Amino acid sequence: MIEYIITVLLIAAIYAIFALGLNLEWGFTGLINFGHVAFMAIGAYTTALLCFSGVPLLPSVIAGMVLAGLCGGLLGIPTLKLREDYLAIVTIGFAEIIRFLLLNEEWLTRGPMGLHGYSRPFEELIPGDYNFFLLLFVLVVLVVCFLMLEKLIKSPWGRVLKSIREDEDVPASLGKNVFSYKIQSLVLGSTIAGLAGSLLAFYLQYINPRNFMPMETFYAWIVVVLGGSGNNKGTLLGAVILWSFFSGTRFAQGYVPISPTQMGALRIMFIGLLLIILMMFKPEGLLGKKEELTLMK
Amino acid sequence: MLSVQDIDKSFGGIKAVNGCSINVEEGTIAGVIGPNGAGKTTLFNVISGFEKPDNGSIIFKGENIQNLTSFSISRKGLIRTFQITKALTRLTVEENMMLAPQFQHGEMIWNVWLRHIEVKRQEKENRDKAISLLEFFGLLPLKDEYAGALSGGQKKLLEMARVLMADPEMLLLDEPFSGVNPTLAKKLLIHIRELRDNNGMTFLIIEHDMPMIMQLSDFIYVLSKGKVIASGTPEEVRSDKRVLDAYLGGV
Ligand SMILES: Nc1ncnc2c1ncn2[C@@H]1O[C@H](COP(=O)(O)OP(=O)(O)OP(=O)(O)O)[C@@H](O)[C@H]1O
Ligand SMILES: [Mg+2]
Repeated sequence: MIEYIITVLLIAAIYAIFALGLNLEWGFTGLINFGHVAFMAIGAYTTALLCFSGVPLLPSVIAGMVLAGLCGGLLGIPTLKLREDYLAIVTIGFAEIIRFLLLNEEWLTRGPMGLHGYSRPFEELIPGDYNFFLLLFVLVVLVVCFLMLEKLIKSPWGRVLKSIREDEDVPASLGKNVFSYKIQSLVLGSTIAGLAGSLLAFYLQYINPRNFMPMETFYAWIVVVLGGSGNNKGTLLGAVILWSFFSGTRFAQGYVPISPTQMGALRIMFIGLLLIILMMFKPEGLLGKKEELTLMK
Repeated sequence: MLSVQDIDKSFGGIKAVNGCSINVEEGTIAGVIGPNGAGKTTLFNVISGFEKPDNGSIIFKGENIQNLTSFSISRKGLIRTFQITKALTRLTVEENMMLAPQFQHGEMIWNVWLRHIEVKRQEKENRDKAISLLEFFGLLPLKDEYAGALSGGQKKLLEMARVLMADPEMLLLDEPFSGVNPTLAKKLLIHIRELRDNNGMTFLIIEHDMPMIMQLSDFIYVLSKGKVIASGTPEEVRSDKRVLDAYLGGV
């Protein structure tokens, strides 16, 4: 049972980091990224592949983050000059391109077989339950990400992001380079997604392209909206709720007479229902501020 | 200070600005008047880089600026306000003010970490300045409210206060008095004069309130159908036959 709880917390913490990246982009900057999972995939595969070839842990993780961030920037440069919705369209496409590359470039990624057998952090040094150690490790990373983002959001830099979210003409009229800030937000958000990807690779021990379906992006959206857009604490809460729910239903699987496929469908239906109810009674999200929502144009 | 020459700007078939030229001397207040749809706001959009002109040149402090982006024009000290106010609704009144100062250390992501102390010091300076400006505009009690919760007139005042936070050399104000109550409007008028006389600030102001703009301006341009149809001191403009026909007539 304890082991079960540890795995639930682990996955919730990894997805919390993933969703914090999205919250920076959407919650604070107003960027619509429907391909967030691509950056997680880039982080996961880069780290796993480098670990394979004997590169030490830290450089492999950093390389995953840098590559994810770089891709975010490269994607932003042509699209962020255009109207807002273009980013949404382009990122959806990008995430699928990445997934198909992972599936088809077998020489590098082993295609649908996926990667396994790469080393995990300090694996040989940990005597007992490795997942417990990994949980502590991930929680430290999560706390560092959270504190770092909170500090940034409260800084003049974060104020510019929020002003872009509200109406980018205002910061532009006050001498702020809106385009550059959008790129920075996208790069940082993607870097964080890359980090979440590296951690996911360590947790799963085996990654394949199916881990990075478009649905993963929308889980992050659910987490952000559930907790309240533009609220990092809400994002943490949202991640815990979503993943407790997922594992709760997986747990219940053993006791109900329906097939796993049916259960999967039921789960998604239930989340849809939950979101509808949330939008009816608390549209600002669990920890969002009511006043902020009523002020939206 | 600002010299706008032969600007054209059309939207589809509409020639919003059609060969418009104006000149504003440093340390003066110039007014722009004209009927609705005359192209006044479009002219502002073009000067401030929010729209690219089809033709013509714009020179600010001896430098061509018509190809610059809006934010770099603002960085040169030429800053505009918007006719339809743009308060940042989900930022507090104080945050709206704190956004405005240019070249803040903390606006650069690495400085948030590397120059923590300086960022803090600058934030404090800016906060003090914001508070005194908010006090002047009667918005101090609303400092911690979301800007979206302000009334229309208060938003107009906030926008005016915010733009002053940025230490502009020249301001383009689009109907700064609309929706502002008479007492405060009078106070604002005096303040604008003080900024001109004491700080040497330059103004270009669009306004439909005739008594106000006539009192305030050193020089007035009258726009109609995208063209300057008359210009001169308030007295000259007031008695100009073409202006009476196009704009002031029937009053
Ligand atoms: N973005 C745009 N797209 C299409 N037409 C536009 C656009 N902006 C302005 N126009 C047109 O240009 C003309 C001039 O508009 P502008 O806003 O400059 O007028 P104005 O002089 O500021 O009027 P008002 O006193 O009512 O504010 C109008 O006919 C308007 O419909
Ligand atoms: Mg106008």
